[in-house]
Amino acid sequence: MSTVAQVFKETARRMTHDLRHRSWIQNALGKYYVGRDEKKARFQNWQEARQAAAEIKWDAVNHLDKYLEQFVSKIEARGTKVFWASTGQQACDYIVGVAKKHRVRSIVKSKAMTGEEIHLAQALEKSGVEVVETDLGEYIVQLREEAPYHIVFPAMHLTRHEISDLFNKKLGSAPTDSPEELTMIARRTLRKKYCAADMGISGANFAIAETGMISLTTNEGNGRLSTSLPRIHVALIGIEKVLPTLDDLALFLPMLATAGAAQAVSCYNTFIAGPRQEREPDGPDEFHVVLLDNGRTRLLADAEQRDTLHCIRCGGCLNVCPIYKNIGGHSYATTYMGPIGSVLTPHMRGLTEWKHLSFASSLCGACTEACPVKIDLHHHLLQNRRNAIRCKSPWWEKLIFQGFVTLMNHPLLYRLGVKLGWFGQKFHGLVKGTKLDPVYAWTQSRELPPLARNSFKDYWRRKQS
Amino acid sequence: MQIGLFIPCLVDQFFPQAGLAVARILKRLGHSVEYPAEQTCCGQPAFNAGVRSEAAALAKRFIQVFDRFEAVVAPSGSCVAMVRNFYPELLDLAPHSSFITRVFEFSEFLVDRLNVTDLGATFNERVTYHDSCHLLRELRVREQPRQLLRAVKGLDFVELNDGPTCCGFGGVFSVKFPEVSTVMGEDKVAAIERTGARYVVASDCGCLMHIGGLLTRRDSKVRPIHLAELLGGAP
Repeated sequence: MSTVAQVFKETARRMTHDLRHRSWIQNALGKYYVGRDEKKARFQNWQEARQAAAEIKWDAVNHLDKYLEQFVSKIEARGTKVFWASTGQQACDYIVGVAKKHRVRSIVKSKAMTGEEIHLAQALEKSGVEVVETDLGEYIVQLREEAPYHIVFPAMHLTRHEISDLFNKKLGSAPTDSPEELTMIARRTLRKKYCAADMGISGANFAIAETGMISLTTNEGNGRLSTSLPRIHVALIGIEKVLPTLDDLALFLPMLATAGAAQAVSCYNTFIAGPRQEREPDGPDEFHVVLLDNGRTRLLADAEQRDTLHCIRCGGCLNVCPIYKNIGGHSYATTYMGPIGSVLTPHMRGLTEWKHLSFASSLCGACTEACPVKIDLHHHLLQNRRNAIRCKSPWWEKLIFQGFVTLMNHPLLYRLGVKLGWFGQKFHGLVKGTKLDPVYAWTQSRELPPLARNSFKDYWRRKQS
Repeated sequence: MQIGLFIPCLVDQFFPQAGLAVARILKRLGHSVEYPAEQTCCGQPAFNAGVRSEAAALAKRFIQVFDRFEAVVAPSGSCVAMVRNFYPELLDLAPHSSFITRVFEFSEFLVDRLNVTDLGATFNERVTYHDSCHLLRELRVREQPRQLLRAVKGLDFVELNDGPTCCGFGGVFSVKFPEVSTVMGEDKVAAIERTGARYVVASDCGCLMHIGGLLTRRDSKVRPIHLAELLGGAP
């Protein structure tokens, strides 16, 4: 087992014992379910909306070359500088380069999972630039120097007391129990940062090919401030974010809000089509779009799992995943956590080291059912398992399954095995629940029903004779 | 109808009464029921572990054994999902191949194929129903077991209010990640106990074994029971 896998298993095990964490998360998600279902009911037909969204995404992803070129030519025509980054390193280098060229000292950053993916903030900080996250949740986890806990709710694991303590320690604010006051503390600090920043960084929720604009969704208005106040704006966008037409947003904006945050529509939806144009009163002098591949074209070449590029990063699959709910977002140690992360990470960071995520699933399919763009998530986990066995599997695992198949292909051997099991069971009581117990993994927390004295086969045979 | 009975390994070894109940019910409805003794496993454990060539060997054997029947019925959503949803991919079959479409889970066979919902059973207890994931999400069987339960005389049916969420069994998952599997099961058991039911019904013995194992460990008064066993009554 790789070290990453061992750490995952150990962290997951530890998290299952954290009752406070489990009930906190489940309580929060309980409220989300109620809101989400209420908003889903406002769609004329949620299932048809999902189908329509999946078809639009299918078209976009299968004609990605065409739509990306269209997007780029339109957005360049209004003075945007576009950079195609094959790798995260290239994207970081380019953005650090832009910052250096303009002598940027401080950056305000709107929430962007692409930034997390390529460790952009760290790269910029290394070059001596201050980067401040402006999404409240992201700001909180940045102050705690930890990774986001969730794709959409980065600080959902924290209580208001923990946040109050953190602000008290890091910002010197007076302790408070009021969420409004906590928000105001962050807001007062962040407003100053917006005014002082030379550069703003954002992601994009969608990139519209038809009109050459990006669509940015936030609930705090921080995206708008980060992208319009500083003199330079850089948007770091995964190439799969493209949608063919502006009309598509009529479906995707409410869908993202519903699945992502149990809202009908998010509070702020901003469309940006270039830097400040002549006769426009505000906006940045320079606008850079960095189109990030970082493994996405590899996924595009994989016909079986290409639909993973449909993902709109709503986090809906995390919210329904019984594994995620119990082990929490940090256990995964990945940028993208939960079901979508378990599918994506092996593609981005290597199957051998990350295959354990595909096995850490009961294959219940709740994720697939929740996904608004119909990604076949749990079946992709099965495919990753197959691929993992193909590329490298431990000899003993192969042996077990060869043995299993031999047993199952020879009913007599199978019956003999069962009889042995029945005999062995008589002595099970001596070791049950101890480390000597061959089925300890089960019996440490659950009773094992006894093998029936007569199997179905025995009963049947007796009845026939 | 000539029905071939597929009794998955967990039913064979741990819950033979559920299998016997299926046979009894189908016979009572006037069908000829046969249990081919040479049957073994549908191949799902190997398939889910990613070991596909081994799974394919068992899948071929399964088809050989059962191909001669008009219908194949199994008291397991999970095993039927394996055949219906994954054999086509595994053996390069058409999804609507004549064999695949003849394999049924017990409750869907009764309700959809035989149009039977009332089996004349009586059960004077409060009962809740656990949706097994593969039955619900792979086979899309949700209403059929409920229809069968609601037709039982004296039965007080209460819905589980938990999602529906997985019980945490997940085959090998339950021993590969025992702690995670267990806490999922504990959430399930807590939801079951909130209903005040005396019995929790499911259509898959994996779930019943897991939920039952936790209930027993907690000395709970709630008992797990397979749908067929509840409907079949005493022999």
